[in-house]
Amino acid sequence: MNFMEHVAKARVLAPAGIPVPRAVHCRTPEDAAAAFEALGPCMVKAQVPTGKRGKAGGIKPANSADEARRVAERILGMRIDGHPVGSVLLEEQARIAHEFYAAILIDTASRCPLVLFSTEGGMDIEEVAATRPDALRRHRVNLDAGFDDAAARSMLSGLDLSGAEGQVAEILAALYATSRRIDAELIEINPLAVLADGRVVALDCKLTLDDAAAFRQPDLADEAAAEPMTDLEREGAANGLKFIQLDGDVGVLANGAGLTMTTMDVISHCGGRPANFLEIGGEAYTKSEVALKLVLSNPGVKSLVVNFCGAFARTDVMAEGVVTAWKRLDPSIPVFFSIHGTGEDEAVRLVREGLGQEPFDLMEDAVQAAVNAAHSAASGGAAR
Amino acid sequence: MIIYRQSARVLVQGITGKQGTFWTEKMIECGTRVVAGVNPKRAGERHLSVPVYATAKAAMAETPFDMAVMFIPPAMAREAALDAIEAGARSVVILTEHIPARDVIAIHHAAAQHRTRIIGPNTAGIVTPGEGFVGIMPGHNPNIFQPGEVGVISRSGSLGTLICLNLTRAGLGQSAFLGIGGDPMIGTTTRDALQALDDDPRTRAVVLVGEIGGAMEEAAAEYAAGMSKPVVSFIAGRASPPGKKMGHAGAIVSGTVGSYDGKRRALEAAGVAVADTPAEIPGLLSSGLSHDGTKPAAHIVPA
Repeated sequence: MNFMEHVAKARVLAPAGIPVPRAVHCRTPEDAAAAFEALGPCMVKAQVPTGKRGKAGGIKPANSADEARRVAERILGMRIDGHPVGSVLLEEQARIAHEFYAAILIDTASRCPLVLFSTEGGMDIEEVAATRPDALRRHRVNLDAGFDDAAARSMLSGLDLSGAEGQVAEILAALYATSRRIDAELIEINPLAVLADGRVVALDCKLTLDDAAAFRQPDLADEAAAEPMTDLEREGAANGLKFIQLDGDVGVLANGAGLTMTTMDVISHCGGRPANFLEIGGEAYTKSEVALKLVLSNPGVKSLVVNFCGAFARTDVMAEGVVTAWKRLDPSIPVFFSIHGTGEDEAVRLVREGLGQEPFDLMEDAVQAAVNAAHSAASGGAAR
Repeated sequence: MIIYRQSARVLVQGITGKQGTFWTEKMIECGTRVVAGVNPKRAGERHLSVPVYATAKAAMAETPFDMAVMFIPPAMAREAALDAIEAGARSVVILTEHIPARDVIAIHHAAAQHRTRIIGPNTAGIVTPGEGFVGIMPGHNPNIFQPGEVGVISRSGSLGTLICLNLTRAGLGQSAFLGIGGDPMIGTTTRDALQALDDDPRTRAVVLVGEIGGAMEEAAAEYAAGMSKPVVSFIAGRASPPGKKMGHAGAIVSGTVGSYDGKRRALEAAGVAVADTPAEIPGLLSSGLSHDGTKPAAHIVPA
């Protein structure tokens, strides 16, 4: 889960002792004008959980209360990268001498925390890695050794930090300790600025929390930014189902992430377009009824393929849910099944007797039939 | 210990739960040597005719085991895995999905220190047809698994099941199924699994089932380039939109990393035949993989 800049700064950086500019979080132009009185010349920053704010015009200076009001009003009406701007952060203007980059993330390849630092702040880190590898330091943290001030200093040795080495080392060590404590997947400070007066301050912060750890970070998780979702995706999430709405016309209901992706791939290979990702594997295999409703509610769906291959998930339990829901909803689109694995015989019987359908032996054949049906429905032919 | 052998003694952590009970019965039915279980509240009892201990360490002291398999919820997974690792398990099969990353890192760290092989997290387990299975795979179902000479590696349990089923129906039995897990940080990588099958005298060809996301298929391709056994691959996620996690936490394309095209290119450059759909795999295997002339014929004759 992702966080807005103002939450990351107020809830994570400041409590960890990492300096941030004076700032006021505002929801209306009037609040922004009032905040200016407290802050003086400031930056008005759109609060959206995406890194494209500056380029999109979501960060602008204000040098009077009236300007703060006007700028805030304009930014509050924007959409940036799909996110409506619901609030702005007014932050005192900083006199920047240097811009650095600092981040703690999880290095999945080496299965350990990774500290990144670069003297080239304000740039994309991938770009720094490509063009200025000498400016970039990476430190994989050994859990036994940890990462303290001394480790940070040795990581930074040889870089010219214009006398800010001590402050930066402290910040890196504090950032590491915090990232572990809050179960962060990523904390990125870009830029980490050295001001004209020599102070080091975090001017921006990107924070991603490990979704799997939300249960033990309940207070912070409550303040996560809303994910951009369609209404159906939200309904899926509320029912504990991972549903992703796509723009195709062949609906997909399958168990397990791998099989579901594969069903989409085969739809595409057969000349069709998948209408959704939705898997009911793992513990969710008992939810096929609510899952079917979701798939059928997608307005673009013209046919449906149900592809079950039971390992952990029992195909008879899933098939029973689908057959029951299908009878109740009585949808007008055609459905094509392929069912194998745990509970197969009973599942096939349920589909045969309940819906008068004969499952296809090969999933490829079920998918091809569904793609053909969607094409014929799209070209005006009767679906069934 | 990546490939299951009947000589391996298995400990089931969480043996008394609903899933633990169901799958332990299936494992035993299939021939797996389950010697003990763990549940701190039921220590001293017997469940499914094996002794139950409070911890893996207590089990090891009285009923030694080689491999542990965890039916444990995410919040308790770290503690259970460390218990098994510190007890001296040679391998730990972690089925649990959604373990916090910080805990996964701690598990891998401890495993490295104790030289324990971790399989998973978020794996459906491993199957050796004719010997047994460890995990939540339908290893007991003869329509899906039959002894043979094809080794199968898969991040996904459901897709791996479908592919083994297709192989069995084509008369191609399996030497081993290695479920490695759909998480981004897994203990046994695609490359590790490929090497294990390359070293396995019973395996004569390999089916490598990958997914978009990460760079494990690319690393495996480097290894495959030097193999004399033929390798056939299928990569799931070609039609998945970038930037979205497709069910598995590891299955996400971000920027240029983890893309279908990159994986397919790397595998094909290593002489691996890549199937467009799962149904093509048996044909690619038994046709002798002569598509580019770099691999010897498989000579795998359907039974």
